[in-house]
Formats: sequence, structure tokens, C-alpha cells
Amino acid sequence: MTSTLNPVRKRSALTKGQLPKAAPYIVLALALVIGAAIMALIGFNAFGWGIVSALLFTAGLVGWSAAVEGSRKAKDKLVTCLVVGAFLVALLPLISVIWTVLVKGLPGLVDPGFLSTSMNGVTGAFDNKSVEQGAPVLGGIYHALIGTVQITLLATVISVPVGLLTAIYLVEYGEDRALARAITFFVDVMTGIPSIVAGLFAAAFFFAVVGPGTKTGAVAAVALSVLMIPVVVRSSEEMLKIVPNELREAAYALGVRKWRTILKVVIPTAISGIASGVTLAIARVIGETAPILVTAGFATSINNNVFGGWMASLPTFIYTQILNPTSPSNPGPSDQRAWGAALVLIILVMLLNLAARLVARIFAPKAGR
Amino acid sequence: MKASRFGRNAAIAVIAAGALALTACGSDNATNTAAGTQSASGPKVTGTLTGIGSSAQGAAMDVWKTNFASANQGANVQYSPDGSGAGRKAILDGSAQFAGSDAYLKDEEAAKAKDKCGPDGAIEVPVYISPIAIAFNVPGVTDLKLDAATAAKMFRGEIAKWNDPAITALNPDAKLPDLKVTPVNRSDDSGTTKNFTEYLFAAAPAVWKDKADGVWPASLKGENAKGTSGVVKTVTDTAGAVTYADDSAVSGKLGTAQIKVGSDFVKISPEAASKAVDLGKPVEGRGANDMAIKLDRTTTEAGAYPLVLVSYHIVCSTYDKQETVDLVKSFEKYVLSAEGQKAAADSAKSAPLSSTLAEKAVKAIESIKVKS
Amino acid sequence: MTSTSLTKPQGAGRAGDKVFSGATLAAGCLILAVLFGVALFLVIQAIPAFTAPAADIQGGKGFFAYIWPIVVGTLIAAVIALVIATPVAIGVALFISHYAPRRLASGLGYVVDLLAAIPSVVYGAWGAAFLAKEISPAYNWLANNLGWLPIFQGPASATGKTILTAGIVLAVMVLPIITSLSREIFLQTPKLHEEAALALGATRWEMIRMAVLPFGRPGIVSAVMLGLGRALGETMAVALVLSSGVLTASLIQSGNQTIAAEIALNFPEASGLKVSTLIAAGLVLFVITLGVNMIARWIITRHKEFSGAN
Repeated sequence: MTSTLNPVRKRSALTKGQLPKAAPYIVLALALVIGAAIMALIGFNAFGWGIVSALLFTAGLVGWSAAVEGSRKAKDKLVTCLVVGAFLVALLPLISVIWTVLVKGLPGLVDPGFLSTSMNGVTGAFDNKSVEQGAPVLGGIYHALIGTVQITLLATVISVPVGLLTAIYLVEYGEDRALARAITFFVDVMTGIPSIVAGLFAAAFFFAVVGPGTKTGAVAAVALSVLMIPVVVRSSEEMLKIVPNELREAAYALGVRKWRTILKVVIPTAISGIASGVTLAIARVIGETAPILVTAGFATSINNNVFGGWMASLPTFIYTQILNPTSPSNPGPSDQRAWGAALVLIILVMLLNLAARLVARIFAPKAGR
Repeated sequence: MKASRFGRNAAIAVIAAGALALTACGSDNATNTAAGTQSASGPKVTGTLTGIGSSAQGAAMDVWKTNFASANQGANVQYSPDGSGAGRKAILDGSAQFAGSDAYLKDEEAAKAKDKCGPDGAIEVPVYISPIAIAFNVPGVTDLKLDAATAAKMFRGEIAKWNDPAITALNPDAKLPDLKVTPVNRSDDSGTTKNFTEYLFAAAPAVWKDKADGVWPASLKGENAKGTSGVVKTVTDTAGAVTYADDSAVSGKLGTAQIKVGSDFVKISPEAASKAVDLGKPVEGRGANDMAIKLDRTTTEAGAYPLVLVSYHIVCSTYDKQETVDLVKSFEKYVLSAEGQKAAADSAKSAPLSSTLAEKAVKAIESIKVKS
Repeated sequence: MTSTSLTKPQGAGRAGDKVFSGATLAAGCLILAVLFGVALFLVIQAIPAFTAPAADIQGGKGFFAYIWPIVVGTLIAAVIALVIATPVAIGVALFISHYAPRRLASGLGYVVDLLAAIPSVVYGAWGAAFLAKEISPAYNWLANNLGWLPIFQGPASATGKTILTAGIVLAVMVLPIITSLSREIFLQTPKLHEEAALALGATRWEMIRMAVLPFGRPGIVSAVMLGLGRALGETMAVALVLSSGVLTASLIQSGNQTIAAEIALNFPEASGLKVSTLIAAGLVLFVITLGVNMIARWIITRHKEFSGAN
């Protein structure tokens, strides 16, 4: 991004007071060696070595830079170290989570029938047999996969128009009116609704309107929408806000109506961010467990109708398999299915993300970075 | 703009096609059994029976509903393991036709049941027994003898080490290490906790002064975890930990304690558990056909293991439709039959009801009729 | 924000404008209606808990005594999560937007987005099964070396399932949310501002401090608020990770509880007044979120004049 041109190789007045190019590597090597020495003194472990070396590296590089290049450059180096450090720190747990899911999930995923059958008829007796006699683990997640896809799709269909329109209202029409300020504020409040409360609310609402015991995929979708809408509003609002005003004014100057300006200029400019926000919102709710537990019932067989009958979903499947194993005395097969389902859920979101990026690329104007 | 519109349509088409394709390739036949091979016994029943309740019953319900559906074509049972409380709420507000519960109805709930279930209220029938083990992870020790007072002291944190004189006095032969006792309790509200605290409250009143409750006393410091599987995992990972959990989840993995009944120590077993349940008395003030059992936790009967949990199905004494009545009767009779009890014991490792208790329960189920 | 004087109605297409602005307004009002519905539902269901005699409430000392410790517990967990996650998330967002090579950056952005999708149950299971076990030696070290600090008072929990572990798990969970939004905001910084700063001889950090961060500040606050919302309301992960108990100052002992986890743990078995108590707890959480957001709004408006947008 910020490549500095360095045509003069030899030490001239221009490059005086710069660290040699190899400086970071030298410091890194030194830091690793000294770090290892220190850890050898107090008991070696790889994690501690990493931390000590990173600290030494930062101190060494910044100190050297301060001595040679002055405090401004040193500060820049320090921040670079911090930013990269933050990134590495963030990677640790994330890699650990993904690694755990992969290691525990793959055996389940490669099981024949895992993706194409439901849990219908799979009882503890089969699990006991597979643990005690080594029979293959039966049962799959097809019913839960169908449920998750349908419930999330329906929730998205409800939330994205509502959320996006609200964001447009806030940015383009609100103009700091009391109503707009109220909506902004309460959308923030809405992000804090505990997910289980959203589920209970949706369940109570449908019990009152449709009848007691109404539990379908649609109820779950409504509960998820309550959680999803504020995320969509919040992220789209931010994205619409940073569309440069010059673009709007240029469109108005050409005599384009406001609504067409919004649809044809503002939204396409922000679409990449909006798509990312919507994906984030879907990602946020696709893994929700508690609201689905109280709204969609519990199914072990396939149900293709989101508006009728109980429906399973991947998160509730994972939850029940971990906490209430099919066979209480041999939870192994249930754990395997649960982690397999978690892996599938992550892959599902990955595909979704890919789709969102594709959409963003198709819509985005040919400018910017 | 043309291109973008095409992109949008294409995206929608791809999503729709994907969703359609997904719905076409799954199978409900995970176990490779031919459908409807078992011959139906008794009158033909049809329809869907909805139950909500105890998550601990989930494993047993899985096998009951599977076997019932394959024996009765056209009949179907769905069960949502939301929790006993949720199940009791559901039968009281009419959103389920039966509830699975780890505890019988409270008096006010039993009174409220008359709104939806008719003047005779609800019928509670025991469906299985779950002996609760005091399970521990002490390296090198698999068997231990405890009395209620010692157990209560351990769970209250009043016994700090495994080689405490109170424990060694009961176990002169065991090699108990100098290891910290880490009591682990359930963090969620549960029937197991309720039965365990009820036992401690009744059998060790001098030590355990907190009333029986599904929530572990808040004043006690200790480790906890969610669900039976959670506490078992935590105890397995932590040396010196002790917990209480359904026997089905700990047998073979952790050591279990024998508890003192009368002057003897009783080992946990299905037989000892069902013996203790047979010693229980009916709960007072209930309908003629109700089978809620008040357990005698302080029994001195030799060979009875009073630290048990009785799991119930709660059904209505009357239903609106004949079809529902037939369905409930047929399903519950299957559950209570020797066959049904054995299926649950194989699959969920629960302890079956004694035959006398099961016969009484079947009689209670027979009394269900259509609302007049 | 926009100047309406430029869009005077002029006949054709006016209907389009009307319909469109009407639709946006309706969507906004629908949100208010839903939120009102949720609030109404909470209040109606919670009333019995406020009016019931103190002895009937869980714990026997009234609703306030019941809710107080778990309110503090919720705040402790959320604060730990944000204190850890916010700087790291901003660092990661900056790394992706301004430090990493472009090819790598888009891939990294992708991975981070993905992490928001891991279901909370999985984070919970990971925290309980893996993190707690791995981190418990560190707690012992803290208890031995920094035990004089009340927050690191020993003896450390034997299982490692403490509020600090729960806070770390929450931090990992909110990290992708804050990162993802901040990254998008940073990428939208006007290129001219950045180049102007660099042209004046600013180092990369000075450019970020003078052009990127002021421009992105309201967005960062929004992102952190979203993260906070998730941290406050997170249910399953905390329920699985935390070994709950009475309010404890030490972060490395078992103890403390959060509202959302309390609801999730007790709701399935609850009936009657207990249900009301739990829903009242939900209402309290709702009010806390309200308060926190008010503060955040106030911060944003105070800094509005410095914001680089438009």
C-alpha cells in the first residue's frame, strides 16, 4: 500500500538514519535465541517462548529504531509490531477452535450416510453397539441441515428488506429527526436482546396468535429475525453513511430522483459492505441455539415444510447431541455427530460467504480499491 | 446494470435450486431397517402424539418412539426434550398431549391440570427409574463406602481431603490419597439435583440444612457444569472431583460409592433402585389413578438404594378425541410393557420398573377416556 | 445528512419517491413495534417477580438480592471480553486493511468473517473441553505470583472453568464481529486523506492516526457496541464454560454468573414464579443494554465534530 521508493542503494544523505533492510530479521533471530535462553532458565514451553521472543523482538526493534531513526519512526515500528502482534494473538484461539472442530468433526463427516440420512430410528442401542462392537456410527444430519437452510433463508428474507430499508431511512430520510434518532437508539438496544428472550417472545407471540403449542420452522425464523434485523441495520447504516455525498449530489444534479439515486448509486456503492454485513448477520444467527430450542420443537426425521411441523436445525442438533447423548452411557458417537455437524455448519457459512462476495463483486461499481 | 440484474437473478436462482436440490436427496432411513416389518398388536391407532419434557428421558424416548412408530403404521410420536418444567407447562397449557418429567406435579400444578384435563386432572405414571450415583475420580480407588452425612459434608466443602478421618473410618481398606476433594454439582436446574438434595436433606439432616430444590444451594462454593454429560466430563478431567449423576452416564467410567442404608452399605444397581421405589408411598391428595410416588429416603430395608430418581409421563385423564385417547393408551402401554422397559434399559441403560409397579401403571392408563 | 433542496418534487417519478420513502419509514416503525412487543412481553411476564413476597423468590431474599450478583457477573464477563477483544480486533482490522499484502488481506477477511459463524455451542464446548484445561496452570501461576491482587486471589479453580475463561471465550466470539465491521470502515477511508497524509511525510502510523482512525471512530464505537451486545446476551457458551456460583472478586476462582446463562440454565425446569423471575432477569439485561447504549451514543455525539465522514 505504501511502498517507498528506494532507488539509491548506497548510504546517501537521503537514506541516512534508516535501519538496514535486514534489521527485522536480525532482531528476530536474536529475540528467538535470547527468548530460548530465558525460557531454559525458568522451564521451557513453546507458548511462553513465543511470548517472550515477541516481547524481546518488539523492544529490540523499537529501541534500535529509536536510536538510529528517531522517535517518529520508532513509534511507527512499535505500532506495526502491535498490529501484527494483535493479529497473531487473534489467530491463536481461532486456529485452536478450527483445529478442534476439524479434528473432531472429520470422522463424523466422512461417515457414510452422515449427510444424507436423518436421525430417525437411531437409538442408544445402535450407539452402544458401535462403541462396544465397533459397528459403524449410524444416523446423520440431513434433517437438521434442511431445517437450518430453510429457517435461515426465511429469516434472511424477513430481515434483509426490513433492515436495509430501515438503514436507508436512517441515512437518507431520517435527517436527525426524533424518530430516526429513536430508531438508531433502539436498534442498538435490540442487539442486546438475549437470544433466548427473542425465542420466548416469538413463541409467546405465535402461541397467542395461532394457538398453543405452535412450533414450526417459521416461528424460529421470526425469532432469528428479531436477532438479525439490528445487525443488518447497524452494518448497512454504517456502510451507507460512508458513501461520499458527492456521488449523491452528482446524481441529483443530473436530475435523478432520490429513490433512483439510492437504488442505483448509493446502494451499489455500498453493496460490498452491505453484503458483508448481511453475511455477518446470517452468520450471527445461523449458529443460534437457544431461540430455536424453544420455537422449532425437536425433530429427528425430515421435515421439508418450514410452516408446519417440528423442525430440526444444526445448532440444536449439536446442542442435544452434546448435552443429551443418544446413548447416555456411550456418548462417543453422539459427540462425533455433534462435531461433524459443527464442521458442516462452518462449511455452510463459508459457502454463504463466498456467495456474498460474488454478489458484491457483481454489483459493485468499477471504482475504488 | 444489465449485468448486475442478471447477477442478482442468477444468485436467486442458484439459491432456490440449491434449496430444492437439498430437499430431494435425503433419507429418513438411517438404520437400514425395512419399514413396518413388525406386526401391530392391539387396536390400530393413527395420528401424531406430541410430548414435551425431561431431557434425561430423551434417550429412552428415542427408542420408545422409534419402536412404537414401526409397530403401528400411521402412528407417530414426537418428543421435544426441552426440560421437565417446560413439559409440565406444556401439558397445563395444552400445547402437548403428554409430558415427560423427572418430578411429579407440584400441588398447585396438579390443581391447575383440571382446567385442560378434566375433573380428574392429570395422571402421572412412572416410566423408568434412574439410580443416582455418587461418582468420583480418585486415582487408584474404584469402590468407596459413604454414609449420607459424610457425603453431605463432602458436597458442602466441609471435608477438604480424601484421606479425611471421616472417609477413612468408613473405608479402612481403601488406599485414599492426600488429595483435595473437589465437589462438582449441576449448574442447571435439574431433577437429579432435586432428588440428590432431597436424599441428603432427609438422610443427613444434621449436616444438610438446605431444602430440597432443583437448583444447587447458592451459598455453597464449588465447581459445576451443565448437564449430566457436563459434570461427568468435568469429573473425568479433574482428579479428586466428586459428583452425583445418573448411573447410566457414569457406569464403567468413574468410581461409584456404596451408600449406607440401615447398618449395611448398598451398591448401586437397577434391582436395588426399583426395590427402593416399591417402598415409596403414593403422594397424598391426588386423583385415584394418579401414581406419583413419595420416596422413603431414610428407609432401612436391606438391599434398597434410596438415592433414585423416578421419571414420569404425565398424561390427561380425559382427552377431546377418541383418536388421541387410543393413541395415548397404546403408546403408554407399550412404554410400560416388559418389551418397552427392556428396550429403554438396553438403549438408555435406565432401570426398569418392577412388574407390580408396571401393572399398576397400566391400570391407571386404562382409565383414560374421552371428555364427556 | 443529505440536502433535500436538490430533490424538489417535479411530477414524474414522484410516486416512486413517495412509495420508497414510505417503505423505509414503515420498516423503521416495524422495528420499533417489534422492540415494543418484546419489551411488553418481558414486562407482562416479569411483573409477578417484582410483586411477589421476598421469601418466594429464588434465594429467599427478594428479587433485588437475587439479581444483583448476576448483574455484576454479567458486566464482569462483558468487560473482560471487550477489554481483550477491542484492541486485538482493531489491530487485526488495521492489519487486514492497511498492513497485510492485498492478496493475503482478502483471504484473511474471509477467515475472520467465517469465525463469526461458529455456533456458540461449539465455542462453549471448545472452552469447556480445551481452553479451561489448558489455561488452568496459568491461573495457578497467577494465584501464586499475583495473588495479592484481589482479582487474582487464590486458590485457583481446579477445573479452570472461571469467569476469566468465560470472558476469554466471549472475547474470541466477539472478535470477528468487531474486526469485520471495523475493517470495512477502515477500507472506506477516503484515499485522498491517506495519500495527503503520506505526502506530507507522515509515517504509516501517523497516517492511520490522523486519517483512518478519526474517520472510523463512530464506526468503531458501533462495532464495539455490537460486540458488547453479543457479549452481554451470550447464553450457551457461558452456560457451558462457566462454573457458576456466588459473586466473587477473584477472576480465577469458580463463581459469578451471567444473566443470560442463568436464564438458559434454569428456564427448562422452571415453572410458575421462577419463570417470572427469569424473565424479569431478562428484562434487567435489556435495561442494562439500554443504559450501555445511551452512554455509547453520548460518546459518539460528543465526538461527532471530529469525525472525518463528509
